[in-house]
Amino acid sequence: MSGRVTPDRVVGVGALGVAVLAPLLFSPYWVSTLLTETLFLGIVGASLVFLSAYGGMVSLAQVALYGITGFVLGNVVTNGNTKGLNLGWNPWLGVVLGIAIATAVALLLGALSSRSTGIYFLMITLTYGVIANLFFGQVTDFSGFGGISGIDAPAGIGPVTEHPNRLYYVALGVSIAVYALLRYIVRTPFGLALQGVRDDPVRMSSLGYNVMLHRTLAFGLAGFIASLGGVLFVWWNGHIDPASIDLGAMIDVLIIAVIGGLTRVEGAWLGALLYVLMLNYLPSITFLGSIGITQDRFHTLIGVVFLVIILVSPNGLIGLWERTLKLLGSSRSARPAVDAPSGGADV
Amino acid sequence: MTSFALRAQTLKLQRAARYAALGFAAVAVAFMVVWVLFIGRGTTFGSAVHDPKDFLITLLNGITAAALYFVVASGFTLIFGLMRVVNMAHGAFFLLGGYIALTLQRRWVGQGGGFGLTSEQVNLTNWILPALIGAALVGFVGVAMQQTLLRWNQGQELRQALITIAISIIAADQMLAHFGGVAEDVAWPHKLDQFDNLHVSGIIYTRTRLFILALALVIGALLWVWLKRTRIGMVIRAGVDDRQMVSGLGINIQLTFAIAFFVGSALAGFGGVIGGSFASLAPGVDGNWLLNSLVVVIIGGMGSLGGAAVGSLLLGLTTNFASAYLPSNYTYYSIIFTFVLLAIVLAVRPLGLFGRPA
Repeated sequence: MSGRVTPDRVVGVGALGVAVLAPLLFSPYWVSTLLTETLFLGIVGASLVFLSAYGGMVSLAQVALYGITGFVLGNVVTNGNTKGLNLGWNPWLGVVLGIAIATAVALLLGALSSRSTGIYFLMITLTYGVIANLFFGQVTDFSGFGGISGIDAPAGIGPVTEHPNRLYYVALGVSIAVYALLRYIVRTPFGLALQGVRDDPVRMSSLGYNVMLHRTLAFGLAGFIASLGGVLFVWWNGHIDPASIDLGAMIDVLIIAVIGGLTRVEGAWLGALLYVLMLNYLPSITFLGSIGITQDRFHTLIGVVFLVIILVSPNGLIGLWERTLKLLGSSRSARPAVDAPSGGADV
Repeated sequence: MTSFALRAQTLKLQRAARYAALGFAAVAVAFMVVWVLFIGRGTTFGSAVHDPKDFLITLLNGITAAALYFVVASGFTLIFGLMRVVNMAHGAFFLLGGYIALTLQRRWVGQGGGFGLTSEQVNLTNWILPALIGAALVGFVGVAMQQTLLRWNQGQELRQALITIAISIIAADQMLAHFGGVAEDVAWPHKLDQFDNLHVSGIIYTRTRLFILALALVIGALLWVWLKRTRIGMVIRAGVDDRQMVSGLGINIQLTFAIAFFVGSALAGFGGVIGGSFASLAPGVDGNWLLNSLVVVIIGGMGSLGGAAVGSLLLGLTTNFASAYLPSNYTYYSIIFTFVLLAIVLAVRPLGLFGRPA
């Protein structure tokens, strides 16, 4: 890893600079709504991309894990909701408990599904996600359909309506930390072994590596990361209900990951940004309105965009970017073999 | 430590974990059976020994629910078994079949009152014909999707799954636009919307549920005969084992794929008509039925018809017994048991009860 200037790095540093200066460059609405949402959706998406790119496991359960964190946090810190536990404890205790419980659940689910990869893994994690959704819808002890309201960010960060930039910078800091952590992890012996497990589980197993343990730990780590996104989500939204983690939400995060590209972690934030922009601006394009695509039909539109991306560029926008660079003959952008997941989730 | 010794230790650990899982699963299942049969404290009906009538009704409810699960999931498993396509749009196809039948029935018979048609207004053909047309149209939609989007991506399993997810999003949103967000149901024919005295413990049972069970048995038998006793079934089974060899023998495997996709999708559509008559059609129902199909095939083993039958039975019994035999203050926890069932099977047999490695 020399200090060479590559197109990837130029774009990366530029994006980081814009992100840090965003409150000066963009309107408060952009920062407090669009960009903050982009950051936490990007974190959840990154947990999915990490599993897919380095473990060969495409998980739809990330939204369920982020929801578990949100519901635990909501139950622990609020007081006065009609449903839920209403414990009213310290907000930071809620954060710790939420993350710990979601990570523990992720380890359990990971262990259960650790003998599967690919589409089997996709199906199994989809059932986990839908079951979590139904669980919080039915069990009024913890939520019920109305969900939990009035979840405030702790003093120092919130109230979010008064200090929107604080939450934005927290989300940015967490995003950078998550990105750095993932970049570091994939270079550790564990990360290398995980990629070996992805490419050839039988060989890794005969070399003495515990395949199931590696997959389980990777799923636990991804669950931990998704739970960070969950904390930011409930602070931002102030409310969580089962609809926040329904099948549609699971697919939205999958769309984010696929738009960005299932092969590189940074793609998740790019995918999240595009998703959020589409969500907010596409319906207001009058041309689309005139052919019957209004705010109500947003999901038709996002479905079509998703379909086109899968058909045209299986590796998402990052894939398009890499192909463009290759076409321009910039062979220097070829990254070290370590994080060029060739045999990952073949989309 | 050499890697060989490490490997041996890992194997030993894995085996120990497997036995632990098996033991735990056996104890859990045994406890649940004993609970339902003899204890049942705090439940609505009490234990089976104490109240055999409600136990039998729950058992029948479980079996008839399983019948509908089987109709839908058998289509899913047929498509997967032959083409390795996980059709994530299966739930959307279910809903589409129901809505088509609903529209046809109302065009034919009339709009009915504020709550739609009642069974008195509907005779047997008014139900069967829309049901068959709905199933067939969904079958054609399935084939269209397979030919235009999936065929040229053959072998790219994940990409195909993502394509069907995209289709399911678009389909669900379009159905919301055309059929609205209000729950509606297809009217049963008057002849079926009756109660039968079973002459066992004085149980009076709904005829529609028995009809669903009969339909599932007929469909299961037809599928079995089709797959095991006909030429095309033979080709399908050969295709499941070795696709390339089958095409190498000069058989048009693409035609076989299209037929299997038609039948698989039509079964989802037909299931949707039954489900729409039995319960109702509304946005979100598609997700629940995708979940049901996935759970059934994960439990039973992907691509196995017998597995789909056993998986349906286990899921149907689990959901019905869980909601009937949990202590009455906790019945809303019943969804946990779907997960427990899934977890037990995955821990003991990761490929499902009848699953084979690909």
